[in-house]
Amino acid sequence: MNDVILAAENLTKEFKGFVAVDGVNLRVRRGQIHALIGPNGAGKTTCFNLLTKFLSPTRGTITYGGKDITAMSSADIARLGLVRSFQISAVFPHLTALENVRIALQRRRGDSFDFWRSQKILSRFDEEALSLLAEVGLSEFANTSASELSYGRKRALEIATTLALNPEMLLLDEPMAGMAQADVERITALIQRISANRTILMVEHNLSVVATLSNTITVLARGKVLAEGDYATVSQDPRVVEAYIGAGHG
Amino acid sequence: MTALTETNGATMVVERGNGSMPRYQIAIFLALLALSLAAPFFLYPVFLMKVMCFALFACALNLLLGFGGLLSFGHAAFFGSAAYVSAHAAKVWGLTPEVAIILGTLAAVVLGFVIGLLAIRRQGIYFAMVTLAFAQMVYFAALQAPFTGGEDGIQNVPRGDLFGAISMSSDLSLYFVVLVITFGGLLAIYRIIHSPFGQVLKAIRENEPRAISLGYRVNSYKLAVFILSAGFAGLAGATKAIVFQLASLTDVYWSMSGEVVLMVLLGGMGTVFGPLVGAAVIVTMQNYLASFGAWVTIIQGCIFVVSVMLFREGIVGVIAKLIRRPL
Repeated sequence: MNDVILAAENLTKEFKGFVAVDGVNLRVRRGQIHALIGPNGAGKTTCFNLLTKFLSPTRGTITYGGKDITAMSSADIARLGLVRSFQISAVFPHLTALENVRIALQRRRGDSFDFWRSQKILSRFDEEALSLLAEVGLSEFANTSASELSYGRKRALEIATTLALNPEMLLLDEPMAGMAQADVERITALIQRISANRTILMVEHNLSVVATLSNTITVLARGKVLAEGDYATVSQDPRVVEAYIGAGHG
Repeated sequence: MTALTETNGATMVVERGNGSMPRYQIAIFLALLALSLAAPFFLYPVFLMKVMCFALFACALNLLLGFGGLLSFGHAAFFGSAAYVSAHAAKVWGLTPEVAIILGTLAAVVLGFVIGLLAIRRQGIYFAMVTLAFAQMVYFAALQAPFTGGEDGIQNVPRGDLFGAISMSSDLSLYFVVLVITFGGLLAIYRIIHSPFGQVLKAIRENEPRAISLGYRVNSYKLAVFILSAGFAGLAGATKAIVFQLASLTDVYWSMSGEVVLMVLLGGMGTVFGPLVGAAVIVTMQNYLASFGAWVTIIQGCIFVVSVMLFREGIVGVIAKLIRRPL
């Protein structure tokens, strides 16, 4: 169980004199749900962007499954099985729910540069796409365009799309942001279910969700790791309490 | 099997099918074909050929703009350089028209590769500016290079004999060749839009970061669609040079790039038939309002303003919305 799947060493990102992420060391162990929490502006999302190379780190190294991915492109990292979601729901609005999932399934063909072929050949992914939609409770919306779905359903669609890649590790950026309570419960259960044979790293503000789901929590504040441990340990840590409630931030 | 969706205030009709061409679209294609077959017996064939060349040009740009989400403001570079190459090949090298057109198209493909490679590194307005800058370089080259004829362009390009056998000197016989090229081009573009590649393209247009996070190397797709679009623009330009027996600076000038953007927007960006309508409207206006001289530009400008203010989805986009079917 001590097998580290994703590790960041001395991860640093500077934006013109402002240090957003400052020497973060992070170790995510295989099979865990690892949460990254911290007050606003702590550098959580920047950290996420660095890990998936949507931003390039100023310093530091990232290894995934023992492989140095610091210099790789975002798309190539995704191809290794490390797939991220986004804070704002990331769907393809003018495609149907089915097509959204199919875009991910289509990745199995490798690159799709065959512009001379009819997209009819993609219908062989339909069945699997439908079963993924069923898994997140969107069966009846298969032919609805993504932009017409409610916010919670868009998030569910996003998860179905991500799962279609069958990633080894998921990075979820605030999966519950802006969600109604009923949706929160549904997605929590969904994350629990999909975590069965995967590793998940998530940024989340909803502490009850974090408490329910995660095995390990890393608390970030002002770009640095403040504390790490399980929920009980972290929530008792006076520095964490101070960062969240006390003076000194904002 | 369709619906309206709303994003950022603009509406768009979403397609829901398995990818085969819906029956009503086949009907529209056939109707267009029938009209085009009959038209030269009622209207001036050269005018119709001009409409077809620009329709193909507009469809080429629409492939990039409407489906790739990339606004090129330099497509005249491909249209014009293909026109020059095809005119030169037909006139100086004495090649048959189909070979000249193929060479012109290839030139546009090569140019598309070079410009595309550099332009896709930037996004949005910067992408548009980079393409414009390159197009202006091509314009300058056309003005200065010895073989382009400078201000005069390449005139009196022979139409030659198709396959070295069928004389193209009559407008009518050339008309049917242009018809085949145009419809071939349109169907090819239709297929590209409705291919696995087209599907990825739409995903990139809709949400680029998400497409990346799914493992798509988006720049390769953008480059591919840029080259394809440049190629079809080149096909249109090369054909136009044979039809009018002329390649001139107008073909590579920035206003040509602007005009084709106007055609696409007026007709309906991201629709299959919009660019055809846009091209027909603009070319017809230019032809029949020619007596107004410089006023044509002003009338065009007004139409553009009205279309942006009142029907942003373009003529065909609005109709598609009304009948709730993608066109």
